[in-house]
Amino acid sequence: MTIGTGRSDNLAELLRASGEVLTRRWVELAAEPLRGRLSVAELERELADLYAAILAGLDTGDRDPNSDAFAEVRALLSEMSRRRARAGFTPSETAVGVFTLKRAMFELLDQAEIAGGLAEVVAFSLLLDAFGLWTFETFAKAREEVIDEQAEQLLELTTPVVKLWDGVLAVPLVGTLDSARTQVVMEKLLESLVTTGAAHAIIDITGVLAVDTQVAQHLLKTVMAARLMGAECTISGIRPHIAQTIVGLGIEFGDITTKASLADALRHALRRAGVDLVAGDRRG
Amino acid sequence: MSGVERIPILKIGDVLLASIQVDLQDRDVLALQEDLAEKISATGAHGVVLDISAVDIVDSFIGRMFATIAATSRLFDAHTVVVGMRPAVAITLVELGLTLGEVRTALDLEKGLAILAGLAGDRAAR
Amino acid sequence: MTGPGREDIPIAADDDVVRIRQVVRSYAQRARLSLVDQTKLVTATSELARNTLTYGGGGSAVVEMLGEGRRQGVRASFADSGPGIPDIELALTDGWTSGRGMGLGLSGARRLVDEFTLDTEVGRGTTVTVVKWSR
Repeated sequence: MTIGTGRSDNLAELLRASGEVLTRRWVELAAEPLRGRLSVAELERELADLYAAILAGLDTGDRDPNSDAFAEVRALLSEMSRRRARAGFTPSETAVGVFTLKRAMFELLDQAEIAGGLAEVVAFSLLLDAFGLWTFETFAKAREEVIDEQAEQLLELTTPVVKLWDGVLAVPLVGTLDSARTQVVMEKLLESLVTTGAAHAIIDITGVLAVDTQVAQHLLKTVMAARLMGAECTISGIRPHIAQTIVGLGIEFGDITTKASLADALRHALRRAGVDLVAGDRRG
Repeated sequence: MSGVERIPILKIGDVLLASIQVDLQDRDVLALQEDLAEKISATGAHGVVLDISAVDIVDSFIGRMFATIAATSRLFDAHTVVVGMRPAVAITLVELGLTLGEVRTALDLEKGLAILAGLAGDRAAR
Repeated sequence: MTGPGREDIPIAADDDVVRIRQVVRSYAQRARLSLVDQTKLVTATSELARNTLTYGGGGSAVVEMLGEGRRQGVRASFADSGPGIPDIELALTDGWTSGRGMGLGLSGARRLVDEFTLDTEVGRGTTVTVVKWSR
């Protein structure tokens, strides 16, 4: 247990005694720049929790923003910044939640005397500055997370796994294949085999402009992994220049089935699945 | 130290089914190999299904078990099908460079049993 | 993210290999490795732990969390004071084995991780360290 220095109790006491007034003013100041994009009730709840945590920290007599005494404060601030970042607020709109407490406190100090004097106020003020910076940092981290997630979602969107027939899946790949994207496709396709129970998959690369060694290796590994899982995988739509690249790179496609077009690959898969294709008898 | 974990082996018709639900120690693997060999010889089963849908890693030792069980079962004119391999496990095995030899694979138990039924048909025709 | 940043695990028996797999799995999850990367790392460490047990006559493993900027990773080291490896190149060749397994232990484990270091001296022992990073 940490024992308070005695003097620090006074600021903590003042903050506790005027808690209600102070938080009301704090919410008022903090709500202003947010212009109604966050409900007052929500803000009140956030700031009340934060206030309680700050008081609890001050009670220990500790004034180091990185100490255990303020772990709860830091956790609450991280959560708050994360929510703000996700909701599209700016970093200043987020940090203002902390800095406005300082303003509310200064207004209050105008009307009250505390025994600790200037030193206490400065220490508390520095503490709040540190917390303000903390929100910046967690805000930035949260934004980066959001960007990463969006990049991943985009990747997912550009590589759909489609069902062509009962038990036959296909991934039409379009554009430039890099190693990371190929890997994502490979995992997604294999997952889809499990979820749909499809025993045939077609990777169609008609729309692919170029492949390098790594990408070709990933495609090969996908086919081999599918085989280990008990599914058959065909690669279709290899363009002439890509075929030349593959041969030029010395990559062995071995006994992997390749077909000129997606239609050929589908016909092959259906035959393997025991589906008979019969030309329709057209009448009238 | 825990003892050897015996994987239960069920007999369904002509097929033996071993469903692996635990993180296998090497001695469990060896025990399963022995148990299966004995069971195949005692029952004259025509097929073995190893269900690994609950297994989250297969290293070279466990992989070799599949190959050994398959080779052993061939001596008794039976086939082995490994079913339910997870995608992450399959990708890892490919990267590891492991091939499963004579082992056949299927997505799920139903498809595995269908493969064995097909192979048994071939056997009856011989 | 909670939990220890480092763990020491003795390798003396079969079930220690299983324990290492479980510890490495939980570290890999905390480092937010993808499921495939978790599986690769756990498989690699399973191979290496078995090597330590089989060829090194037992030893110990250290599993650690790594943080480097926004990237997180897991490092696992396996040390024994066994006979050491006389021909490293041969030991890293696919299909070479002096014991149980398919001879894919070292070479396979190397392909499954991002960083691989092998430190061995005949008569003194072997230490293998692997690292896998989150993407």
